[in-house]
Amino acid sequence: MTALLSVRNLSVTFGAVAAVHDVSFDIPAGACVAIVGESGSGKSVTARTILGLAGRDATVSGSINLDGPDLDGPDLDGTEVTDASPRRLRALRGRDIGFVSQGALVALDPLRTVGREIADSLRIHTNLSPHQRQQRVIELLESVGMPEPTLRAGQRPDELSGGLRQRAVIASAIALNPRLLIADEPTTALDSTITAGILDLLAGLRERGTAILLISHDLAVVSRLASHVVVMRAGVVVESGSTQQVLREPQHPYTRDLIAAVPGGHAHVGSPAGDPVVTAVGVTKRFGSRVAVDDVSYELRRGRTLGVVGESGSGKTTLARLTLALERPDAGAIELFGQPWTASPERDRTARRPRIGAIYQDALSSFDPRLTVRQILADALGSAATVGGRATEAELVTLVERVGLKATVLARHPRVLSGGQQQRVAIARAIAPRPDIIVCDEPVSNLDVSVQAQVLALLDGLQREFGLSYLFITHDLGVVRQVSDELLVMKDGVVVERGATEAVFAAPQHPYTRALLAAVPDLWA
Amino acid sequence: MKRLSTVAPSVVVSLAILLFIGIAAVAPNLLAPGNPLAIHPMASFLPPSLGHPFGTDESGRDVYTRIIHGAGASVLIGITATAIGLGLAIVFGLLAGLGPRWLDFGTTRLLEVLFAFPGLLFALLFIVIYGPGVLTSTIAVGLATAPGYSRIIRSRVLVVKRAPYIEASLVLGRSRFFRVTRHLVPNVAGSLFVLATLGIGQSIVWASSLSYLGLGAVPPAAEWGAMLSAGRTYISSFWWLTFFPGLFIVLTAAATTLLGRGLQERVRS
Repeated sequence: MTALLSVRNLSVTFGAVAAVHDVSFDIPAGACVAIVGESGSGKSVTARTILGLAGRDATVSGSINLDGPDLDGPDLDGTEVTDASPRRLRALRGRDIGFVSQGALVALDPLRTVGREIADSLRIHTNLSPHQRQQRVIELLESVGMPEPTLRAGQRPDELSGGLRQRAVIASAIALNPRLLIADEPTTALDSTITAGILDLLAGLRERGTAILLISHDLAVVSRLASHVVVMRAGVVVESGSTQQVLREPQHPYTRDLIAAVPGGHAHVGSPAGDPVVTAVGVTKRFGSRVAVDDVSYELRRGRTLGVVGESGSGKTTLARLTLALERPDAGAIELFGQPWTASPERDRTARRPRIGAIYQDALSSFDPRLTVRQILADALGSAATVGGRATEAELVTLVERVGLKATVLARHPRVLSGGQQQRVAIARAIAPRPDIIVCDEPVSNLDVSVQAQVLALLDGLQREFGLSYLFITHDLGVVRQVSDELLVMKDGVVVERGATEAVFAAPQHPYTRALLAAVPDLWA
Repeated sequence: MKRLSTVAPSVVVSLAILLFIGIAAVAPNLLAPGNPLAIHPMASFLPPSLGHPFGTDESGRDVYTRIIHGAGASVLIGITATAIGLGLAIVFGLLAGLGPRWLDFGTTRLLEVLFAFPGLLFALLFIVIYGPGVLTSTIAVGLATAPGYSRIIRSRVLVVKRAPYIEASLVLGRSRFFRVTRHLVPNVAGSLFVLATLGIGQSIVWASSLSYLGLGAVPPAAEWGAMLSAGRTYISSFWWLTFFPGLFIVLTAAATTLLGRGLQERVRS
């Protein structure tokens, strides 16, 4: 069987930097090959190079050969992408190669309706009449599982949810029945139930004969869809083979680390529960007519982690903000160590704020862009000391070393650090005032899986060392299983299920929890 | 060395021009040792030559010497006017951006009323009330530019005060005073610096316009606008009386603007 796409000895360099080195793989029609790797591994560059979009600064060597049987368009007949003219490449993209990019949120023109966006490629590559095009757009939207396709085709991207937008992007990518579909992190920004739907959709395309190149950092997603896996690290293929073989019996240590780092493989072993530190009773928050958090109560005890899971819009971030007293509840109240917290005026809260810290999903934007790591941490240490207290250099060094950073980062600006280092600085800032509680809002969602594991291990170590309590907000069930003692499952502002984490995972009671758990692409199944 | 190589040529040229004008403003005798007010009736209306690079005026005063010695007055007016404008704008912008909603509403409406007047007309109105002169024209220009700056500062304050890092500072238990002085003001000030550089050129042009109309500095003072005004009588026969003061006004304004744009690019990247 000849491969539809065959990549041989592909190398891409930008100036002196080799982004991709000597990569080879084949994709037969109706198969899915996944390239797995972390940020900077060269997986996206590989995908863009196959599309002929490596960019002007790139030097490409090796061969990318497209060869397919003559189905309904002109024969691909051994097209060499690396030698093709820009004109030929434009014809290939869209018609023979479809591309689903990472940012479904930005891939669509905000000013045009979804239908027009999809009709575009039909207009350029086919001679269908406007009416036929309209017809085809509806068919396409139907085929990607878009509810009410006629209505949706007339809507603009901002009227659609993230999952529906990603479906629209896929619809436009498959509009011309491409023989190869390149999907670069197609589910990264999506909730787990939506991810499951998108994966089913891609699997359906594969069954119908489309070859799929899947780019992902998520091994669980890969295990659901791909028959072959190529593991890349720093531009080099470290391991490749059938998905079964690579994930069950990884040969290369890096692959083994990647698999071990996937959260959810083992349960959390918590410390014994202490006194309650945060008590929320009947907390409700409305924004206009929308109820973001509806009559939520919880108790967080010393040394424990309370996980809050739910999909976007479930109210979990609002609950975090209420706990930090950044929002005032419309009903109910939160107490800190048995003292009024949300009910007291900010004046009385300020002095107690150092006891409850926070880390955020986007660590970088939580740092003043003008300040260096030293200034940021000195500020945080200063706020813990009595008025006028100043942090000594020794304190600063101890602090950064405690979160696993070298003292040299002190002089840097956070923006030049990696995502994992930025989150470590944020953690250092959060623990500097010696808090009792840290509210963690999706702290590892932006991080690569191995960095994620390191940060989670750091948080675990700090919890044991300082007896910290965490309110841990996440959409990732694997993460929450690994870190939390108790669990709240939220949907539309309401807690639909609560209990000890293992009990909830073992026997979910509420249908929504069951749907969430079933939707998780499980590497450990 | 890498930083130097990324500086745009326009910025280098602007810096060179501003350095020259800066020296002229601080130590005019270094560049033109003569007396700007010394008259030589026998040497009037001499065209540019080696001895008088920019020629002489109706009283035989050396135009080059007058321009160099006038730099101080023109630049001082420009800087002072910008400082007045920005100073008022900081007060208004911070009040509107940080104050209670009614204060923001009031300040914003007031600024909108001021915006209804073209800037120069507003300056003229002020001079009509308080009489012409260097000081009043400087204040007038400052007042006329304040509404524009205020609006920019207010919108910056509104963006910065909602920034996640301000909230992070609140979570750490920092007082409002600390958050404003440590995070908000410095982050707003970054854009102010760019605005000021862009504004000085504009202020010099406006102040010169007022002098040209006889409402600012008056002849025989060696202020560029005033020189332009004095020379306009002879514009058809003795071009150098208006050309060179005009050239310096344009050069200064262009150089500060280019420098401001360069800084803006840098801030953005």
